[in-house]
Amino acid sequence: MLEARNITYRVGQKTLVAEFSASFAPGGLHLIIGPNGAGKSTVIKLLARLIRPQTGIVEYQGADISRTGEADLAKRRAVLSQAIEVAFPLTVREVVMMGRYPHFGGRPGRIDEQIVDELMEVFEVAEFGERNYQTLSGGERQRVNFARVLAQLRRASAGSDEPAGAPAANEPCRYLFLDEPLTFLDIRHQIEFMKKVREFTRAPDIVTVGVVHDLNLAARFSDRIVVLDRGRVAADGAPAEVLTADRIVEVFGVRPTFVPFDQPGIHLIFE
Amino acid sequence: MNNKGGSRTVFYVLLAVVVLVVTGASILFGAIDFSVKEIGQALLSLLPGQPEATLNQRIFLELRAPRAVLCLLVGASLGVGGTLMQALFRNPIVEPGLVGTSSGAAFGSALFFVLGSVLNLPAGAWALPFAACLGGILSTYLVFILARSKEDGRASIVMLLLTGLAVNALFMSAIGFLSYIARDPQARSITFWSLGTLSGASWRAVQIVAVSTVGGTLLALFYAKQLNALMIGEEEATYLGVNVSRLKWIILSINVVIVAVATAFTGVIGFVGLIVPHILRMIGGADNRYLIIGSALTGAALLTLADLIARLALRPAELPIGIVTSAVGVPVFLLLLRRSRYIF
Repeated sequence: MLEARNITYRVGQKTLVAEFSASFAPGGLHLIIGPNGAGKSTVIKLLARLIRPQTGIVEYQGADISRTGEADLAKRRAVLSQAIEVAFPLTVREVVMMGRYPHFGGRPGRIDEQIVDELMEVFEVAEFGERNYQTLSGGERQRVNFARVLAQLRRASAGSDEPAGAPAANEPCRYLFLDEPLTFLDIRHQIEFMKKVREFTRAPDIVTVGVVHDLNLAARFSDRIVVLDRGRVAADGAPAEVLTADRIVEVFGVRPTFVPFDQPGIHLIFE
Repeated sequence: MNNKGGSRTVFYVLLAVVVLVVTGASILFGAIDFSVKEIGQALLSLLPGQPEATLNQRIFLELRAPRAVLCLLVGASLGVGGTLMQALFRNPIVEPGLVGTSSGAAFGSALFFVLGSVLNLPAGAWALPFAACLGGILSTYLVFILARSKEDGRASIVMLLLTGLAVNALFMSAIGFLSYIARDPQARSITFWSLGTLSGASWRAVQIVAVSTVGGTLLALFYAKQLNALMIGEEEATYLGVNVSRLKWIILSINVVIVAVATAFTGVIGFVGLIVPHILRMIGGADNRYLIIGSALTGAALLTLADLIARLALRPAELPIGIVTSAVGVPVFLLLLRRSRYIF
């Protein structure tokens, strides 16, 4: 369970996030939506402790994360960001292996190699494991990074047949954050990506909080939506409750039309 | 990296063999050439009960040998320094000379040299490298403060290079000023810091540089994994558990110390730190553990080769080694700039 209580974050005179409170349970996909400048990415960074709020606290299972050590946090919290550039020619495998860095000291152990091999298979990047990351397309890069992030969250004890790792009864939750992971992906890759995310977030001990821009993708894949407007929570609930025409007009300034479609979820087009 | 471990070991051994071969050549050839037999006799003369060393043997023991060892150490320092700077700035066209460290260290040394004789400062063997470190810290810090953008406090690579250029010019002209006001024999020594040469090598210098080079390289190796994480970005490295601001501070300190101490005894030797990591990346990838070990060995070999050229080109006179490294390094630097995929 992830709990944010009254977090406020300011830069100079500007308040980017104001008294944000929400709790996020494991086993579902929680998405934050909102217009540009609403503070979505800032919320993700606060929840993942890249930055610290001036007031309020963030708790992972009741423990204040401002007091958790870097190394400890890195073993159970991972963030997938958009468009990651690598400064030097690294191989795909080397990039995925970085996910295991918090778990080994000097050199990767056999279990780290196994986890990396397996996740490269899952994300279909195994065949270009020795290729230079810099030569990959945007979609390929994002798959590599998704593999890296999940390698980071994988426990060494996890069985290899369980994609996200089987939770033991008393093991603490793991926290996965997605910071606009769909940017620079084409529509097919966006949908494929969201399907994969859904698959992994079903694990009963993974808390997943993400930011996406596309309201249709958010409506189709999320279990719950938090609407952020100028740093404040404007709405919070199931997609069908939250995505009403009036609220979309109010927050985004465009009027949607709801389209009937033969699959579950809401389908919107905009005027 | 499944089977890279083995091939890397082979590569290090090959590099070590190259280092030994060039060191052998550097010991044998110079203003005067030595034969292997002469060298053997010179070494024997160190043992008790052997005849006193002849003049030639003493030239070998007191000039040629320490110079060869100092050259290895300084080359290793510059190579590792270049690797560290490039990893820190996530950019392959940075090196200690370009961000002001070397010229500041040279200025610190020259200033200590001039003031020391005027003010009767303590002239212990460690005082000079200490002064060089202070100069190196001053200039590097100056470059960082001046290159930082007003908006987000980050230094873009173009600002860093331009500021480094200006600060280098400032410290070089300060050295020029010192040699202008200095008395004649002093003046000649001061120009040595701006051009770079290994002719002042001594066993004392070897001892001091050995401490900073070996210590700095081992410490850097300890942080190799964290430097790797930095390659995918500062935020991503933070998410992987790296304390990025602490890492930057440590790496920059290691770099200033190893480069400044080397500069104190040899003057400014540019471009070794630029070229060495680049060659290694083309051969074996960008893993920093490999780059640090490899650049220590390759830097040692390249500088020894450069010193050999410096001594043989105008024999029996010798060129400042900085001229040799610049002559090779500048074209490589320009090539890198042109091929660079970075947007300025």
